Amino acid sequence: MSELAIDRTIDRSHMQVSDEVAIQITGMNKWYGAFHVLRDINMTVNRGERIVICGPSGSGKSTLIRCINRLEEHQQGQIIVDGTELTSDLKNIDKVRSEVGMVFQHFNLFPHLTILENCTLAPIWVRKEPRKEAEATAMHYLEKVKIPEQANKYPGQLSGGQQQRVAIARSLCMKPRIMLFDEPTSALDPEMIKEVLDTMIELAEEGMTMLCVTHEMGFAQAVANRVIFMDQGQIVEQNEPKEFFNNPQSDRTKLFLSQILGH
Amino acid sequence: MSGTKANSASFVRDTMLSEQDPPITERGVVKWARENLFSGPLNTFLTIIGAVAIYIILKGLAPWLLHSVWNANSAAECREIIAAAYGEGAHGACWGVVRERWAQFLYGFYPSEHYWRVNLTFILLFVALAPILFANLPRKMLWFSVIYPAVALLLLWGGSVWVPVAALAGFALGWLAYRFALPVTGSLAATVAAVLVPIIWWLFFAGWFAGLAHGILPLGMEQVPSSKFGGFLLSLTIGVTGIAFSLPLGVVLALGRQSDMFLVKTLSVGFIEFIRGVPLITLLFTASLLLNYFLPPGTNFDIILRVIIMVTLFSAAYIAEVVRGGLAALPRGQYEAADALGLDYWKAQQLIIMPQALKISIPGIVSSFIGLFKDTTLVIFVGLLDPLKGITDAIRGSFEWKGIYWEPFLFPALIFFLICFGMSRYSMYLENKLKRDHR
Repeated sequence: MSELAIDRTIDRSHMQVSDEVAIQITGMNKWYGAFHVLRDINMTVNRGERIVICGPSGSGKSTLIRCINRLEEHQQGQIIVDGTELTSDLKNIDKVRSEVGMVFQHFNLFPHLTILENCTLAPIWVRKEPRKEAEATAMHYLEKVKIPEQANKYPGQLSGGQQQRVAIARSLCMKPRIMLFDEPTSALDPEMIKEVLDTMIELAEEGMTMLCVTHEMGFAQAVANRVIFMDQGQIVEQNEPKEFFNNPQSDRTKLFLSQILGH
Repeated sequence: MSGTKANSASFVRDTMLSEQDPPITERGVVKWARENLFSGPLNTFLTIIGAVAIYIILKGLAPWLLHSVWNANSAAECREIIAAAYGEGAHGACWGVVRERWAQFLYGFYPSEHYWRVNLTFILLFVALAPILFANLPRKMLWFSVIYPAVALLLLWGGSVWVPVAALAGFALGWLAYRFALPVTGSLAATVAAVLVPIIWWLFFAGWFAGLAHGILPLGMEQVPSSKFGGFLLSLTIGVTGIAFSLPLGVVLALGRQSDMFLVKTLSVGFIEFIRGVPLITLLFTASLLLNYFLPPGTNFDIILRVIIMVTLFSAAYIAEVVRGGLAALPRGQYEAADALGLDYWKAQQLIIMPQALKISIPGIVSSFIGLFKDTTLVIFVGLLDPLKGITDAIRGSFEWKGIYWEPFLFPALIFFLICFGMSRYSMYLENKLKRDHR
């Protein structure tokens, strides 16, 4: 777990949290077989919030955000994303998935398609955009993540950091209203972590609603408006970053913070 | 300071060395032979054993091949020519049998005045295959590939134009059923309808429709019954059709086996395990004998069609397992990324999963195809004249070619080899073309 200092100044003019609810989770429980992974999760995410979720491994943080676009199924309680409740109804699931972008730890780019094709695939096949338009959008976002010149290469020819930035661009091409990040920098070298975090910071500066599972506490302090600490499948503590890091309340949080910040 | 020069560390070269060849033992043929043939006692020993084996084979084979006779009209004439040229007791290959009977190897007992129909079908086969095999050809050509089976059916068997039209209409009806059922019943029921409607059409209405249409507008060609088919015409008909249908069926079975739906999964697993568990010959016997008990009395179900169905099912079961291997090799993340982007199951399969899984499975799939093509010789067991045993026996049974042994086997073997080797090379070309990593 690294703590990378964020040394840039952050433009907070667009980082506004509105009253509109983006995600509402009430009384949610999930089991893997008999194992109770998520226990009575209640949380509300407003539009424009930047939330960092942290916790020891196995605490259920990845599972939690994977429930938000139904990569994992919950067995009890309610998850409402942008007014659509996630049930087994496939239409609702596809609707939510096309509104919610997701970035994975291992990038999960499609190796048989070029970078540009990776980015245009979903807009063309899900949003039914004309190819020309989808390509223009894709180039726009590739420029944003600063790799337009790689558009015609294949993922295998790019470095890890570049691949993760492509993955972010690919999600953005669907013009999502919410972005989920599942440990986006855990598989990267320190230099590459920085380029990916920079991209994420720029996204936050534009006012994107973001949920990030990450151990980058520097990022949490600089960008998040709320930090959630999870352990044993439950939300143990949540607070605004300054309070969370300087004045943790529960013993579990104190222990966790001392372990990841104490060297 | 005078003594320092001798043990000084400083050194200046005054004459540059010119480039030299490596020693004789380290270059060219000698080096290659040292490294690959005589690198150690064991290797040297094996080289000598190998050389002796090659010598013994050539000693037996070379005179036989060198004494080849092309211009002879019977086995006896061959023997006379060889005896006259190389002395009494000399052996020689008698290729006269190939010269005289090549048409039988290729066409079986197809009437010779209609050979052009077979030839045309064969040429059109390449036109139909080209856009499937090579992605850089215009996509519009695929329309011909779609109607090609009907064209081939008409050219090979002849009869009314309306039979292949009725057969094609089944697919069109299936598509229509899917289109109209989709908004009303949802995708699963629509898929079932798309399968059921054509089957009902083919079983109960297609014959009636073809008869009716032929009564109104009689168009067609002279009919050639299946019993006249033989040789490579038969092998290729069964092989190509089997290959064309077993791949999609195999993919569907592989997906079925991975399905979350209990019934679909159970049926797929049951089908695959059953078909793989019995020999192909059993299935062929089933096709030729047992099927008659199950079909409504009076239905005349063509024997070649029955064999094609069985060969297709057989090969599909193997391909399903090969494709499942490809699916298993894909990381979970590919499915998740496709899901997270909002692609539905079929689009994810079509755009993300299958292109990668099939690419991984290419060697296995092509192996299955090669196996299927060679297995077409097994149709001899249900009385069809395959090029290897069926035709060869017919030739050796004739008065002129009595006593000839190797030659009528070698000729079809050569053709089989060329076709199978071609498939193998194409698979390597495709693998190379689809390579995406570490370029």
